[in-house]
Amino acid sequence: MTTNPDLDAPANHDEARRTFLKQSSLLTALALVPGSVVTAAAEGFDERVAAAFEKIPLSLKVNGVKHKVSVEPRATLLDFLREQLHLTGTKKGCDYGQCGACTVHVDGQRVNSCLSFAVMHDGQEITTIEGLADGDRLHPMQEAFVKHDGFQCGYCTPGQIMSAVACVREGHAGSEGEIREYMSGNICRCGAYANIVAAIQDVKGGGQKV
Amino acid sequence: MNQFQYVRATKPQAAIDVVAKDPTAKFIAGGTNLVDLMKRGVMTPQKLVDINRLPLNKIEAQPTGLRIGALALNSAVAGDAQVRARQPLLALALNAGASPQLRNMATVGGNMLQRVRCSYFYDLSMPCNKRQPGTGCAALEGINRMHALFGASDKCIAVHPSDMSVALVALDATVLISGPKGDRQLAFSDLHRLPGDTPERDSNLEAGELITAVDIPDNPFTRHVHYQKVRERASYAFALVSAAVALDIENNTIKAARLALGGVAHKPWRLPAAEQALVGQPATEASFRRAAEVAMQGAKAFKHNAYKLRLAPNTLVQALKTASAA
Repeated sequence: MTTNPDLDAPANHDEARRTFLKQSSLLTALALVPGSVVTAAAEGFDERVAAAFEKIPLSLKVNGVKHKVSVEPRATLLDFLREQLHLTGTKKGCDYGQCGACTVHVDGQRVNSCLSFAVMHDGQEITTIEGLADGDRLHPMQEAFVKHDGFQCGYCTPGQIMSAVACVREGHAGSEGEIREYMSGNICRCGAYANIVAAIQDVKGGGQKV
Repeated sequence: MNQFQYVRATKPQAAIDVVAKDPTAKFIAGGTNLVDLMKRGVMTPQKLVDINRLPLNKIEAQPTGLRIGALALNSAVAGDAQVRARQPLLALALNAGASPQLRNMATVGGNMLQRVRCSYFYDLSMPCNKRQPGTGCAALEGINRMHALFGASDKCIAVHPSDMSVALVALDATVLISGPKGDRQLAFSDLHRLPGDTPERDSNLEAGELITAVDIPDNPFTRHVHYQKVRERASYAFALVSAAVALDIENNTIKAARLALGGVAHKPWRLPAAEQALVGQPATEASFRRAAEVAMQGAKAFKHNAYKLRLAPNTLVQALKTASAA
């Protein structure tokens, strides 16, 4: 059981859990995963079912490494990566899906990691900024950001680079205008946009595998 | 954020059973709106039923149109070859919404059901009849520059924020729904509600009902279409006003028209009278201006959004000019 740090949380959440258990039929439980819940419910171990809701088992791959962990349902993918796996390259900017600093790839697609719960990514493959380089060799997009000065303070940069890689892979880096449109989900308060666009055009035109 | 119980469903009926029995439970798909609202304490579901594993993400050609699964991602629909060929207006509207990252998360069903972006709905320290029925509408006398021109009530003047829905209402889509009492269909124009005395209800879905797909009938609107969105930056912002237009033009005469406005009402705002005004007319700016005048009949502005009384018809005319020239 985890301690709840939220002052606004209902004091009677144990009661709420039991109510839920009473309300849910076994049939319903059987059609729902995770498996530990099903097993516990089938065996009639209410408290074990309750405990399973407190922390949810989660298996996923991050930057090629398999992780089998348990997480609280409230943990966002962003917080899970930063706090539990200590991959702090992915940044928390606004935390409301408005800035793009938290951009990672899930099964190859760029997403805002602040707007989904980690438990929703069971079985999926995540790539963060830490997973882009090949050992000591920077990814071409990382090199291009250095070359073109695609940042000033650097806080938005991991998200910009993850988004930029996806932008090229998606085939949305055909012109300056298209790049600007397809990079619009990443805000840079320093205003390094011109250099970011130049870095992406360089990579796109360079013909390297991205 | 409040604590909640998390379960995953693999069958639609199992998910529906849980939500139908528990008024504090919510479905979660992409989560791009719900997680945001939960972080801010605007929504506090006690239970989330993850529906991402339900088999509802296909885009299928049917004899009379396209069927798009409710879990199809916005980016997948916008990039789908069949959608682009047969319903290009939908692809345009989808790509005008949110950001590439969000379109990779947001589903078609979730996009329809996203909640209003009225700042008073989001602000727990302010009254809001939608968030907390009976407390009043802070926007009525507050900063209401983003708010409605049509169909508002003294209980709520917020607007529906979806771009996709503006296209879907213009394209005569139908929503497929599964619920505790079985399956049913609803015209897309009947999915969303006007606020009336119950602004807390955004849609006509009943408790536990789940959108499973949307059907879009084939139509002649494959060429002369446009989605014009006016916002405060070039990309990645909600519409002040948007217009979805589809024209069938032969020998410069308009045979059929489908028109809808976004950012002006609590639901995507179809314009049947303006459509009628275009039929049989030449595809000229003068015709478009007259139709826009018809479209604006009954519009009522508040203190800060009177600019929309000019912006909305101009946006419609611009969209019509672009579509007719395509």
